Amino acid sequence: MGCCNEHSRSEMLRRGLAEAGRGLPAIEPGMPMPAGTGLDRRTFLARGAGLALAVYGGAALLPQVFDEGIAAAAAASPQQKVLVSIFLDGGADALSLLAPTGDPLYRQLRPRLALAAGSGPAFAEDPILTWHPSLAPLAQLHGEGKVNVMPGIGYDHPNQSHFTSRHFWEVGAADERLTTGWLGRYLDRVGKPDNPLQGLSLDWSLQPSLATARMPVAAVDAPDRYDFWARGVWGEVSDRMVDTIGRLGAISAHGDAALEAASDAARQSARLYDQLTPFRPKDDRKSIVSPVAYPDGDDAFPRRLAGLAAMLAAGLPLRVVALSAPGGYDTHDNQAQDLADGLKLTADSLLAFQRDLEARGLADRVLVHVWTEFGRRAKENGSGGTDHGAAGTGFLIGSQVAGQMIGEFPGLAKLDDDGNLRATADFRGLYGAILEDWLGTDADAIIPGARTFSRPKILR
Amino acid sequence: MAAVPLYTGTFGHAEAERLLWRAGFGPRRGQAARLASLGLDGAVRSLTHPPGERWVGPRPRDEKGRPLAPADAWGHDQLWWLDRMVRTSRPLVERMTLVWHDWFATSDAGVGSQKLMLAQNRLLRRYALGSFDRLLVSITANPAMLIWLSGTDNRKDAPNENYGRELMELFTLGEGNGYTERDVREQARALTGWTSTWKRGKGQTDFRFDTKRHDTGMKTVFGKKGDFSWRDSASMCVHHPKHAPFFVRKLWSYFIPEPPDAGTQAGLEALYRQGFEVRPVLEAILQHPALYSGPRMVKPPVVYIAGLLRGLNRGIDTSAWVWLSDGAGQRLFNPPNVAGWDDSRWLDTNAFRGRWYIANTALEKVTLGDRKGKKGPKVPNDPEAIVNGALAVLGNPTIRPETHRELLAFARASLKGATGWKAESYPPLVANAVRQLLAVSPDLQTS
Repeated sequence: MGCCNEHSRSEMLRRGLAEAGRGLPAIEPGMPMPAGTGLDRRTFLARGAGLALAVYGGAALLPQVFDEGIAAAAAASPQQKVLVSIFLDGGADALSLLAPTGDPLYRQLRPRLALAAGSGPAFAEDPILTWHPSLAPLAQLHGEGKVNVMPGIGYDHPNQSHFTSRHFWEVGAADERLTTGWLGRYLDRVGKPDNPLQGLSLDWSLQPSLATARMPVAAVDAPDRYDFWARGVWGEVSDRMVDTIGRLGAISAHGDAALEAASDAARQSARLYDQLTPFRPKDDRKSIVSPVAYPDGDDAFPRRLAGLAAMLAAGLPLRVVALSAPGGYDTHDNQAQDLADGLKLTADSLLAFQRDLEARGLADRVLVHVWTEFGRRAKENGSGGTDHGAAGTGFLIGSQVAGQMIGEFPGLAKLDDDGNLRATADFRGLYGAILEDWLGTDADAIIPGARTFSRPKILR
Repeated sequence: MAAVPLYTGTFGHAEAERLLWRAGFGPRRGQAARLASLGLDGAVRSLTHPPGERWVGPRPRDEKGRPLAPADAWGHDQLWWLDRMVRTSRPLVERMTLVWHDWFATSDAGVGSQKLMLAQNRLLRRYALGSFDRLLVSITANPAMLIWLSGTDNRKDAPNENYGRELMELFTLGEGNGYTERDVREQARALTGWTSTWKRGKGQTDFRFDTKRHDTGMKTVFGKKGDFSWRDSASMCVHHPKHAPFFVRKLWSYFIPEPPDAGTQAGLEALYRQGFEVRPVLEAILQHPALYSGPRMVKPPVVYIAGLLRGLNRGIDTSAWVWLSDGAGQRLFNPPNVAGWDDSRWLDTNAFRGRWYIANTALEKVTLGDRKGKKGPKVPNDPEAIVNGALAVLGNPTIRPETHRELLAFARASLKGATGWKAESYPPLVANAVRQLLAVSPDLQTS
């Protein structure tokens, strides 16, 4: 009910917040020019990228040292592999992403929603399946050997609650009580205490898969908009104000957990601000220039991916990045249209991101994992949609992937007792392979019972 | 009956301030001192037995000066409630309404009607300090809830487990705590029968119980057999032996961050079992030593906003609070899901930035040197006076000495060597910055 209105309202809210924090305010009326300095207004106001140092010179006015940690982390592992986790929120319909057009049962189960053979690109690895037309960009990458398709990924005893199933995927275990994310536990093991960028949520709040027990991680809507301005404050006073955020966060919390949380947030925010200094727009120029074209429009997703590629190109020490794809995938009704729109923007953006990484020479360092909390019921419902199901579809994208299916299409003839697809690959086995083969760490230390799940070949 | 421990330490300004943050939305000017003068017992009673509502401060309006239209205009429902939090003379009633909104978390994203959400809000407020038993029965038949958890889709030939499951898992017992999957299905049958009619231009309306849709057969719930109705369904949960412990733990967690010790837990359960009344349990929690000598809590975003406005003596005069609140992770009437907001995850780097702009907007009307073509009041070139002035603007909150020292160090360093044109221009800049830093300090994000 009213889903699309709600979506555009929330986008409006978000843009509003972004605008509020965008750049520096206009120069204060009555503020004199810094006489004799020969500086123009912008130079005077700009903190970005060391300009403040050139302007004010003296050591007492330097912002807190901000590049040591970044430089150290970047220098330590310039070829650090990066995982980008992209979530299709709501449970994307496996039988639409890769439609089993060659299976006669498909039309019986989906009299209204079935896609026709030939409506999208043929899936080369299984003649029964057809790509959703909106996923043509992924089909193109698949043709280049850059996509592993998981046509039926999930777990035993599937839970059909959004919250619970999503939680399982986020914590990397069928355990409702785990509070750290699987990527968070990875960072707790290999991360650094002074680098919030190592676990970056490109979103309005932290993606739970990144929740750590000890190491700092960051959430940021867009790297070019992470700023802290205040009315009636400018110049060197403003620079020092932002530094003081970090100093307030460095005061001992004396073991008080709430003060600790507030202090961590302040300290990590100040640190992140420093780390993102090169991405704040200067002199009204765009701070992020991409070598390829991303989809136009208001949606944050392509903008976030473009920013991500630029951050990687700048050598920022990212390890794991998480964000949500555009679109709503809980398609209980009006599925055909809702799905087509969200998938198209997602796939177009992912293709642009891959081309961007290739143009920048970064493609061998990045692996993209696209996932959803479950697939949907095989039989369509009475309102042009589908209800919650079990096994779903996932993708691994990148220049280094094997380019082969992980698991196989489970078929419509042997659904589970609830009428859902059975999983032919387990997400915990996939996580184990990503951790060991891509991120180079011991999966047993991160995924409970990791060795009990068979580990697919994911890389070339 | 096990007695619940009573706080016997000093009840001064700092304790009264904490009580006002936990049981309300922070102090108005001078309110902490007034409350402290009543002593602990008097202070708590003034909150749990408040006199009739008396609104304090300017009436709410949007940025164009127009009155709010909470049932119709987008976002005005949120502004309307935020205004109550700011202007109320019954802060605990309003805070408990927020507790119930989180406990029975219903989102307009699923309901699609501000009118129905406001009606539910009135219901939650009516039972703010009252009987949980009656609140539960009422919320079970509440139209917004009937839409949100599929109550109107639950009929005897097609039972829907949505409400029956959450009734036990989230509202009364806790996940898997004293019930089985069979109980979920049987409760769903007992809850069948609600329906509504969709009318063009009105949406869902005419919510009613239709006996033809109700499953009148025998059900087995918690091992008991009977022809249970929807009222029985709710009532059996409240009388379940696992309910009182769940209720006490959950209610306690809204006011005190660490779980109660065994003796306190038992004492509170005994108080609650006397009649499922909320008020006596609340009174015992609000007088418990752990509230005053225990650890701090992170203020939820709406509490942070309302508290800043109360401290600044500012009313609702802009709809910016709608997106500012969302940016910090909390939109009233739009909890993320039926489990409510996650109180353990209020703060990350983006939420901190959200709170930064909340503080900056709260302070916008008192920004120094910001009037077009007008000279503001002169700010002395004196770091101590600037820090004390910032504390006064924000209602003299209690902060740690280290925080005070850090703000002072900032003011000193910023004013050092501010000669020539800077000698006059910098003090207001520094004063604005100190206010902003104070407002977002860890001290003021927590209580």
